[in-house]
Formats: sequence, structure tokens, C-alpha cells
Amino acid sequence: MTTAPIATTIRRREFHSFTSAGKPFAYLVPSAAVFELDDASAAILALLENGPIAPAELIGQLTPRFSEIELHETVDELLRVQAIAAGLDAPPLPKLLPIGAQVGAEPGMPIPLTTMVLNVTNQCNLSCTYCYEYGEDKIVDTENGKKAKFMTEETARESVDFMLREAGPNRTAHLTFFGGETLMNLPVLKFAIPYARERAAALGKQVDFSLTTNATLLRPEVIAFLAENRVGVTISIDGPKDVQDQFRVFHNGMGSYEIAVPKIRELLTRHRSRPIGARVTLTSQNLDIRKIFRHLRDEIGFYEVGFAPVTTASNREYAIADAGFDYMLDQFRSLAAEFLEYALEDRHHGFSNVKDTLEEIHKGVSKAYPCGAGLGLMGVSTDGDVALCHRFAGSDSHKLGTVRDGIDRLVQIDFLNKHHIADKTDCSQCWARPLCSGGCYHEAHTRYGDTAHANLHYCEWIRGWTDTCLKIYAELAVKNPRYLQQFDEEEHEASQVN
Amino acid sequence: MKHLRSINRKAGRIEANMKSAGDVVALQQGPTPPAPHFPLGCTLVFSPGWEADRSGGTAGLCTPVERDLFDCHEGCYWPAQVPDQLNHAPNWTSKCASAQKDWRKIDLVFP
Repeated sequence: MTTAPIATTIRRREFHSFTSAGKPFAYLVPSAAVFELDDASAAILALLENGPIAPAELIGQLTPRFSEIELHETVDELLRVQAIAAGLDAPPLPKLLPIGAQVGAEPGMPIPLTTMVLNVTNQCNLSCTYCYEYGEDKIVDTENGKKAKFMTEETARESVDFMLREAGPNRTAHLTFFGGETLMNLPVLKFAIPYARERAAALGKQVDFSLTTNATLLRPEVIAFLAENRVGVTISIDGPKDVQDQFRVFHNGMGSYEIAVPKIRELLTRHRSRPIGARVTLTSQNLDIRKIFRHLRDEIGFYEVGFAPVTTASNREYAIADAGFDYMLDQFRSLAAEFLEYALEDRHHGFSNVKDTLEEIHKGVSKAYPCGAGLGLMGVSTDGDVALCHRFAGSDSHKLGTVRDGIDRLVQIDFLNKHHIADKTDCSQCWARPLCSGGCYHEAHTRYGDTAHANLHYCEWIRGWTDTCLKIYAELAVKNPRYLQQFDEEEHEASQVN
Repeated sequence: MKHLRSINRKAGRIEANMKSAGDVVALQQGPTPPAPHFPLGCTLVFSPGWEADRSGGTAGLCTPVERDLFDCHEGCYWPAQVPDQLNHAPNWTSKCASAQKDWRKIDLVFP
């Protein structure tokens, strides 16, 4: 193919350039494509950092380093992958709602439900100070409110029917049990799992089960039940005894470490049908990530450990402030460097935050919404109300319908319309938006009182972390591309819910 | 592509799309059709035009007066009669790559 001469002024479009393994790369926005650059393309992109440039000037500045033909060719390629654009004005991107969510869409063609999170109880045997369900920032009054404290078998049955109905053409539905403390309502699990399996089989579908628990109620017979039914288990735990017992306490203030850990060890020994992960909540007083990771991964033996900062209003004592985010990023980076060493040798490491992000980078995920809430994921409260996700389950102002009457499509469409990335002005110039898309709705609701608000308090952290993961990804692509093939194989199992 | 190497799956799809887009054109449409030629007709274009700036001269116009020639040629706008580029003078502007710089290279055409 012949290359046409550069016709008009060219300018940079959105991308994030970075160096890894000694080579330059560009992460394009919003396509989320990653390209390795040669010298000519890197030089052109670097030149465009100073503003738009006319063709004659570009050629003047970059010859004789590169031949004129080479520059024309490179500009042509950069134009075609949309790293740069001709002309001065960028046309705004169209705002596309998901298929089935446009106003006037066929009512028979809604978005299929992939994951249903069932809040089987809103009661808990722990009183973790920072808990979004029990602590100072709770949305739903679980103590004196009118919501049922435990889900009934009848509601669980209706929920399973709802899930299979809404799964549409999907072959697999993911059912996650959540709380409160999930295992406080074991009878409903024992009813719902065989019921869901039987109903799904009748429809030619299958169900993948998982749950999150604080581990304090894992008796041997419970462990046997979970292993037998291949229920994926995520354990909420914060780390070694001093860290765990600071916030994760019983109602009388006693720490939960001594009770939980022997049961976790037994679970890890007996439940071998699915890998078991730990999920850590980070607070201002609990940011020693390497120490926590070493303890949970090496001393206790979790397969994976994932970390998330506590969701809280900014004035709480345990809220992470700016300096805390910087410190946390340093810690994450140091553990990520270790992850890279392992991955280069095809060894399993277990820092799940990196792995999850690498998978998204590999696939080129570019999100219009930060997560699947209200889209392919919904939370069901104890009395059968359907909400955006488990964190909003039971909140009347975030209700999408009920398991009996189904989803109110107009409410859902209105939600999707108001929360689209195209309407988050704060995010419009940010290169990390394909992966972040403004961040958690619940976090935004807790911080800013508005689910549609971008989570501006952790932008620097998100960009820093995305940059780190891009560098790891690129280094693996150069030095050990075989490692990345795992993300091409069957789609990842349901990610943990927290 | 010679200067960019696709790394992740999305980049691979963009590259594949670039290749296949070319193939589809080749198979279905033959060579790329030429771009439509202006003018398509005087009444299709509305241009406010210019005659003089606020001081009565032409130096302060937001678009150089030379563009007038091209506005007539491309937008089919008053005032000048321009050569017929469809039949008699197809190369009339061939030496004029940029109207602002090269307008002197446009010569007269005698029937």
C-alpha cells in the first residue's frame, strides 16, 4: 500500500506513553490498545507533546534522523490506530448505552444478568468498626429498620428463579452469597444451592456458586458442605493478629484472629476443589501490605490475596488520606515488582490486584461503567428487593425492582444513562478512564453523597497503579508472553465480591 | 504495520481490522472511488463572503482575500468567474497547494 503524504496539521489524541523493559509503549485511550513503538513513532509522539504541528515542521524537525518516507508511513500508521489525529478539533465520542438499555429498546431484549449477589442476612457476629453495612457510613438501618434480618427459603427460591430468568441466553449464572455474615443463614444456602442446580439443569444452564465470609463460623460440616458443592470461598481477613484484631472484633470488642485462623487453616486443608482467596480491607492504620501479604500467603496459605482501601467518609479516623495513598502505592509497587519476578519464571504469586488488572489490560477492556452493578450484576436484599449491587441491597433509593416483579427497566435505563463515563466530566481528560471509569458507586455515594460522582480522592493512586500494571504487562509481553496466554483461555471465574 | 507492534488483544483487533478493511474495499468496490468534486452547485453553499474590513481595507479580514478565488472555485461563490475545471482547465490550481501562500501561481485562463 502506498502512503499518502501528510496532508494537514496533526495533533496527539489521548494516550499514555510509558517505558518498560527498555522499550517505549503507548496505551491508547479510549480503545485501551497497547502498542510497542519504534524510534520513529516514539519520536513523533514525543514531538506532539508540545502541541499540534504542521507537516512541514514535523519533517523539518525529524529529518535527517528519519527519512521523509519513513515519517509519512509512521504518521499514517499512528493516524490509523488513532493515536494521533489530523486537524485541530477532536470530534466528541458518541455516548453509547449498552444494547437493550436504549430508550425504546425491545423489552424482550434486556441485558443478561451474569452475577446475582444474594444478601442472605444483614446480621453479623462481628462488629468491624469500619464496616459499610454496620459502621458509621451504613446506608440501610440493619438494626431497627423494617428489612427482614434473614432471607427466607421462599425469597431465596424466588431469587434463583429471577436469576435464571434474567440470565437470558447465558449458559452460566454466577450466584454469590453475601451478608452480614453469610454463614449465619446456612439453612438458606443449603436450600438454595441444590434448588438452583436443579432449576438450572432443567433449563440447560449451570450455576457457579461462591460466598464471602469472616470464617468464624466455618465448622467442619460447613467446610465439607462447601467443598462438596464446589462453592468458591473468599475470606475477609486483614492480616496478622495485631492488624486483624484492631478492627475486626466481636460485639464485646474481642479480636477475631484466634477464632478465625484455625478454621481458615482447616478450610484450606479440606476444601481443595476451588482456590481460596483472602480479601483485605486497608485503613489508615493498616497499610503494611508486604507484611500482610507474607502472613496470609506464606504463613496461612491462601492461594490469592486481594487488597482494597476501606470505603468511608473522609472524616473518619481510619480513612486513608492523600499521604496514605502515596504510601499505599509504594507498597503496592514493591509487591507488584515481586509479582513480576514470579511471572517471568511462570510461577504463581498470589497478589490478585495485579493479576486482575493484567487480565483487563490484556483484553483491552474499556469501560463505559466502572463495574457491572445494575448491568450484569445485581444485589438482592433479605426481603427480595433488587438493588444495584450487594452494597446497596435494601436501600430504597437504589432499588431496581424485586425478584417477584422483575427489574423496572425504566429505572435501570435511567441509572445507566446517568452513570455513563461520557457524562463524568472529571474523567474526560484522564488516560486511566478505560479501566477506572470513575470508580465504585458505593464509594462515591459514601464520599460525595452521589453515586454518579467520580471518586476524585484516589485519582492519583489509580493512575499510578495503572501505570505500574501497564509496565508489568509490557515487560511480560516482551520477555515472557507465554504467561499472558492464560488470559486467553476460558474466561475468568466470577471475581470476588467485596 | 512496520512502526507499531500490537501488544494486547485490543491492539491486535485494531490491526486485523485495518487489514481486513482494505480487503473488503478491494473485493467489493474495486479501487477507492475518487472524492466528490466541488462545486456541486452554487445554491448548496452559503458563505457570508467579505469585501472590506472595518477600516475599509483588506488587511484585517479574518480570512485572506485570496481565499475569495477559492471560495468561488470550491464553494461556487461570488464574485469571480473561475475556469471550468471539469472540462477545459482541469489543472488550473495544480501549482497552488496552499491558497494563502501560492495564490500568485494561479494564472489566467484564456478560452
